[in-house]
Amino acid sequence: MSKKSFRQAINEALRQEMLRDPRVVLIGEDIAGGQGGTSGVVDAWGGVLGVTKGLYTEFGPDRVFDTPISEASYIGAAVGAAATGLRPVAELMFVDFVGCCLDQIMNQAAKFRYMFGGKARTPLVIRAMYGAGFNAAAQHSQALYPLFTHIPGLKVVIPSSPYEAKGLLIEAIRDDDPVIFLENKVMYDDEEEVPDEPYAIPFGEANLTREGDDVTIVAFGRMVNFANEAADRLEKDGISCTVVDPRTTSPLDSATILECVEDTGRLVIVDESSPRCNMATDVAALVAEDAFDALKAPIRRVGPPHTPVPFATVLEKLYLPDAARIESAVRSVMAYKKTKQEA
Amino acid sequence: MQIAHDILLRSYRSMRTIRDFEERLHVEFATGDIPGFVHLYCGEEASGVGVCAHLTDTDTIASTHRGHGHCIAKGVGVDGMMAEIYGRKTGVCHGKGGSMHIADLSLGMLGANGIVGGGPPLICGAALSHKVLKDGGVAVAFYGDGASNEGTTLESLNLAMVWKLPAVFVCEDNGYGEATGAAYACAGTQKARAAGFGMPYLECDGTDFFAVYEAAGQAIAHARAGNGPVMLHVHLARWYGHFEGDAMTYRANGEVAEQRARHDCLKNFRQSVTETSLLEPTALDDIDASVKDEIEAAVKAAKNAPLPEPADLEADVYVSY
Repeated sequence: MSKKSFRQAINEALRQEMLRDPRVVLIGEDIAGGQGGTSGVVDAWGGVLGVTKGLYTEFGPDRVFDTPISEASYIGAAVGAAATGLRPVAELMFVDFVGCCLDQIMNQAAKFRYMFGGKARTPLVIRAMYGAGFNAAAQHSQALYPLFTHIPGLKVVIPSSPYEAKGLLIEAIRDDDPVIFLENKVMYDDEEEVPDEPYAIPFGEANLTREGDDVTIVAFGRMVNFANEAADRLEKDGISCTVVDPRTTSPLDSATILECVEDTGRLVIVDESSPRCNMATDVAALVAEDAFDALKAPIRRVGPPHTPVPFATVLEKLYLPDAARIESAVRSVMAYKKTKQEA
Repeated sequence: MQIAHDILLRSYRSMRTIRDFEERLHVEFATGDIPGFVHLYCGEEASGVGVCAHLTDTDTIASTHRGHGHCIAKGVGVDGMMAEIYGRKTGVCHGKGGSMHIADLSLGMLGANGIVGGGPPLICGAALSHKVLKDGGVAVAFYGDGASNEGTTLESLNLAMVWKLPAVFVCEDNGYGEATGAAYACAGTQKARAAGFGMPYLECDGTDFFAVYEAAGQAIAHARAGNGPVMLHVHLARWYGHFEGDAMTYRANGEVAEQRARHDCLKNFRQSVTETSLLEPTALDDIDASVKDEIEAAVKAAKNAPLPEPADLEADVYVSY
């Protein structure tokens, strides 16, 4: 056990799975980087943000495949390779680039098993960066997990910390279905204690990072950290929160979310993806349908406005949910109860 | 070129099976018993069969929406296919795929595909599997002149060259992408496109089994030997519409009749092998009779087969969930 960054945790998961299973191969743009360059240095980048650094050097050109900037062909190739005996981990770099290759994910990988009558296995992982907070503007900042969650046949993972990232990525690589694994680009330097040995965290099992009596906060990915921050501040004022990190949006651990809402009677959902048809609306619908009687206050959703992600720091800060907004939402659902009682 | 007796017999049987399967579907579709869309491969049989004659179950193919011929050529059984097209539980995909999604991965048949241009990227991946797993396999993408204009196809030609994959890109050029002529929709030539990627190019008359067999043999041998991908441009004509029910008002009167009269791959095959005494006419007659019975039995079985059950609706979305 030692302190590792989110970046190192992912690199370690990839490395350990590649050592364990020779069918695990890496495919992506610049995941080594430098081939065809004039310096002769390969593994020059190890991915645009250095996540795969060293793997080409260790495993060589038969396991780590740099690609042209050609998402439709190499994501499709990863799908085809997965259906024919390999276990590829493809890196899409920025999830926004899915616009160039969605067919291969949505109509091919996600559908094979069902439309081929249960006879196909497509053990594929597509890693991609998501999220605002990097001044990367509208085409490099989206949080598109609801788009993938919407598609039957895909599994969708959003790790909230280095520990979570390692265990969930190992699970993703060992899983026999296509998995979309989304890494928040602002978190790569976040550090925490991460075991050195391989371990897998099962999908569809939410993690409670805080347990309390008053309000349930369901948060996704990086938002879990903001929810924890808000919960810690609120605790000082005597408001105790449960923070639920679902870890995966597909499958979604509905049972745990419902149990927590049954216990607290109040729900705040924090989702950095665009607010229409996102995870917050999905969880709100789930609770409204199955835990209506437990609710002491209306469900509150904390998220960005329905706009593209802006570039300027001042606007991007306004765009993204933060601990203060979560805190305010929690106070408002607590206040709602008081108003009702007074009335 | 010399072709072994058993390959000739098997290839004739395969072409005859495709022809009868498709002609029968044309008739049955008109009765309204078959749901969904059906795209027929009649007239193009020599292409799929001439290519697949060089492949084994280790090799992989990806097909198109016009996929019945490729499935039969790769060895998928007509009983399971017919039942699938009728939407029956006994279908090769348990009635959940239909005509456009017939697949059998155990035979290296990576699926017909409802998406034009869906196959070539998948074939890059299958070829990568063959290369990494060192199983000696080759991956073949069938795609039409219509799909030749999809970015996925062009990207795949590039990627296959960059990775030097054991892949063959078979452009089945029947002159029409749906109702629009290739003369309108395809800029430049397929040959020049291959050259643009530095990819070896071969072309052949796709209504002539022997021409396809020879060209495909060269292309597949090149790829299998580790020399990288090849484009094989096969010139064809389809005898029916884009889909069943298409009145083909975009085609000149007599165009299809001319194809049927002069470029029927089955007739020409029979003439060639009997004139040169490679096969006895009676051997071919026996195959014709046997295939006729096989298709009749497949249709009968499909019509009587059980339908999928309500529990099947939610089954097999995931391996585990």
